[in-house]
Amino acid sequence: MSNLPILSLLIFLPLAGAGFILTIRGDDEVGKRNARNMALWTSLVTFVLSLYLWFMFDPSTAAFQFEENIKWMPAYNISYHLGVDGISVLFVLLTTLLTPVCILASWNSIKDRVKEYMIAFLILETMMVGMFAALDIMIFYIFFEAVLIPMFLIIGVWGGKRRVYASYKLFLYTLTGSVLMLLAILVMYVQAGTTDIVELMKFRFDPALQNWLWLAFFASFAVKVPMWPVHTWLPDAHVEAPTAGSVILAGVLLKFGGYGFIRFSLPMFPDASVYFTPLIYTLSITAVIYTSLVALVQTDMKKLIAYSSIAHMGFVTAGTFTMTVHGIEGAVYQMLSHGVVSAALFLCVGVIYDRMHTREISAYGGLVHKMPSYALVFMVFMMASVGLPGTGGFVGEFLVLLGAFEANTWVATFLLTGVILGAAYMLYLYRRVVFGALEKEEVKKMLDMTPREWAVFAPLLVLTFWMGIYPASFLDMMHVSVDHLLSQVQVAIEASGSATMAGN
Amino acid sequence: MAMAAVPNLTPAMPEIFLALAGMVLLMLGVFQNWATSEGSIRVSRMTSNLGVLSLLLALVLVYTVSGSTLVTFEGMFISDAFATYSKVLILVAGMFTLILSQNWLEMQGAHRFEFSILILFATLGMMMMVSANNLMSLYMGLELQSLSLYVLAAFHRDDARSTESGLKYFILGALASGLLLYGMSMVYGFSGSTDFVAIASAIKSGDTIPVGIVIGLVFMMAGLAFKVSAVPFHMWTPDVYEGAPTPVTAFFAVAPKVAALALFMRVMIGPFGDIAAQWQQVVVMIAILSMLLGSFAAIAQTNIKRMMAYSSIGHVGYALIGLAVGNEAGITGVLIYLTIYVFMNIGAFACLMGMRRGGRAVEQISDLSGLAKTHPAMAAGLTVMMFSMAGIPPLAGFFGKLYIFLAAIEAELYTLSVIGVLASVVSAYYYIRVIKVMYFDEPGIESLDTPLPRSVSLVLAFCTALILLFILFPTPVLDAAKVAAASLF
Repeated sequence: MSNLPILSLLIFLPLAGAGFILTIRGDDEVGKRNARNMALWTSLVTFVLSLYLWFMFDPSTAAFQFEENIKWMPAYNISYHLGVDGISVLFVLLTTLLTPVCILASWNSIKDRVKEYMIAFLILETMMVGMFAALDIMIFYIFFEAVLIPMFLIIGVWGGKRRVYASYKLFLYTLTGSVLMLLAILVMYVQAGTTDIVELMKFRFDPALQNWLWLAFFASFAVKVPMWPVHTWLPDAHVEAPTAGSVILAGVLLKFGGYGFIRFSLPMFPDASVYFTPLIYTLSITAVIYTSLVALVQTDMKKLIAYSSIAHMGFVTAGTFTMTVHGIEGAVYQMLSHGVVSAALFLCVGVIYDRMHTREISAYGGLVHKMPSYALVFMVFMMASVGLPGTGGFVGEFLVLLGAFEANTWVATFLLTGVILGAAYMLYLYRRVVFGALEKEEVKKMLDMTPREWAVFAPLLVLTFWMGIYPASFLDMMHVSVDHLLSQVQVAIEASGSATMAGN
Repeated sequence: MAMAAVPNLTPAMPEIFLALAGMVLLMLGVFQNWATSEGSIRVSRMTSNLGVLSLLLALVLVYTVSGSTLVTFEGMFISDAFATYSKVLILVAGMFTLILSQNWLEMQGAHRFEFSILILFATLGMMMMVSANNLMSLYMGLELQSLSLYVLAAFHRDDARSTESGLKYFILGALASGLLLYGMSMVYGFSGSTDFVAIASAIKSGDTIPVGIVIGLVFMMAGLAFKVSAVPFHMWTPDVYEGAPTPVTAFFAVAPKVAALALFMRVMIGPFGDIAAQWQQVVVMIAILSMLLGSFAAIAQTNIKRMMAYSSIGHVGYALIGLAVGNEAGITGVLIYLTIYVFMNIGAFACLMGMRRGGRAVEQISDLSGLAKTHPAMAAGLTVMMFSMAGIPPLAGFFGKLYIFLAAIEAELYTLSVIGVLASVVSAYYYIRVIKVMYFDEPGIESLDTPLPRSVSLVLAFCTALILLFILFPTPVLDAAKVAAASLF
């Protein structure tokens, strides 16, 4: 393994790009074009560099790879420690992939304050990659919460009519959860004397204390996932955010919570995780069924997809807490495929929104006659969201259901109803927007997708099929890490004598 | 030894120098021709510049005498790492205030050379406060500071609000000083000494704690709580902040806060360290009340100076958590917090002083609307300050709160911590409202004046850089604060 500080590069390259954009003078067309190009090239180079992780990653070990460790606050034993395992490496790649897609997607739709927009997106990428790559819990927290700053501005400045409300809601909801997590982190630091994630995973916290710590982390992650009943910020944020904002929100930001559960809650508080599993099951099932029903009656396309996201994330949380190999791999896989598919669905909405400037489902109809290739692309992602075999969505849902079946039949049963409802609302949406008679005058004038839009969708199309047809290339990367994680959980549970509960 | 032995003056060199400098500047000012309008501008500029220079030289002197703990004037005056750290902060705060003020005062037609001299004397008083090792020297320093500040609050004497705020501050301040004095006399009566060391040993030697000492302690705490503007002794803060000329408000928000909190810490940890159980609960209570009031009351404000007043009450609440913890980690946390607090406030007030429309100062939050379009750099700077005050990483304000809460968690003050972080979420609401006004709202018909005064842009740029880059080099501040805190114990 070479000594290239690849993770630091991935984190700080976008920041450097943002710095360069800051120096671009002029608010005219040339300045805007320069800002767009600079941002696109920065994010593309970052993506190409991140492929180094893909090719050089060694999937045969659960150890953290590409590690970097620099003393940061020696007096407090806090270090700038980075590294990825089979789980986080995939999220890093997802982030670096989606950022250029987002920048390309906002090429024409953002006309106002382009420079600031691009800076915000690049800073966001820095924070997201940093969060997934952090191996020190303090560094993790800093990146985790710093994400709020660019996201708040992206929704608030470039959002729709109720953008102020949505951005406040996002900010305050998330902050409330995070500060409680911060206190839990401090408690862990005082107990264990370190903030290093690798060390903390080995540390055994007192089971009584674990419950409190678990709840504090839950407060933060549940808001991020989002889980019912703290999900209400998400539909607002999605509806008001600009297209690319929704894409990054659905694609990456929602994964913070699921990733957090897998990285922290399970290995560090195994007893509490077992103890609270029924709670997670209940909330997940409620989320899956309730939000699916809510999605059925939406009249706003983005809101519908937002509710479908909450339902899909319900699978993720349920899968994670089955504490089986299938369940956790399914959860990770579901997050990845949801990252691609929901991002693509928001982009699909963006395509017609750019032409009609409305997200009302009733304003459309019969698009297939005017935009056949769009109808095809939309169909692929719609089917992937439903979980059609051959697409990425199927593998994730299938594995989660398998894991759920191993752990608790009833959970699997209830989750399955979610799959059916998912098909119902997605097909219903598709029928109303794409099929039907071409009656509305505005719709008759619409043009099919441009080459730029094809370029945006192409990588996502490829990935959706790749993930559906040959999932092994992704599952192999995470398999050893998930196994290791589970063995840690088992060892911890057995060590504390509550093994009987896990056996059920 | 001769009767009239000259005491060792070295530890007090910075104070002696500053006192002399203040008097020399006063003479210089008086004997210049300041009757004409150009004359008064010239004289006030000269004293302002020389004032900055004096503070800078005092800073150098503070650095020169630092390094070991020195006690002089029969134990009245102490110069230790804690005093040095606080003095550096106070001097820096005073310097930045002076740099920022001159332009603003000239634009408002309130420039007078006495301004800089009053700032110098107030700073001198604060330096004596943090070096006080005796109830007498404590009171002397405190009153020198307070009297200068009363005059400063009413400095804009043609403005009814300014005179009102000066009067209000004076009356309430005098009351607080009375409480403090009463408490001090009780403590003296029951311990037999005014010397901090002697009080501490008197408390330690007794089997039971005399009730008189506890009562005296409570009175002293009330007086000190007034000086740091902690709830329930905060009532003067919003009115005085709003009424006082903006540069004076900026000064109020930083230097006296540092001095009074440093004094608070020294008094609590020094003479009364052994009866921490008696005062800890009180500090916890005022910390909680300050944090809650600071966050909730600020929400309804439309005047940005009033908002900053409530924000400062909230910040004092967080700093008091560190004092409530009462150990080395807690004091370290307070010192780090204060350091970051000083620069955040200087940055924010630099923006406030840049808020001017048609040559006149404006101070409504709504006056900032659309600032991101008309003054992008200023809006970015103020955004950094606001996010930092809300405690969002990676900005410096987060680290201020981090060490405070770390100390609190270590001391198992869980309830206090939970209330503290939740209050910080509430306070985030009004901080991000300022950002919302600047970024999400459209500019009004008339935008703020451009360009910003050079002093404002330079100070703002400096503070922004500091707040942004603290994360890269936290160690020097952490280490210095640790050493300073250790010297108290």
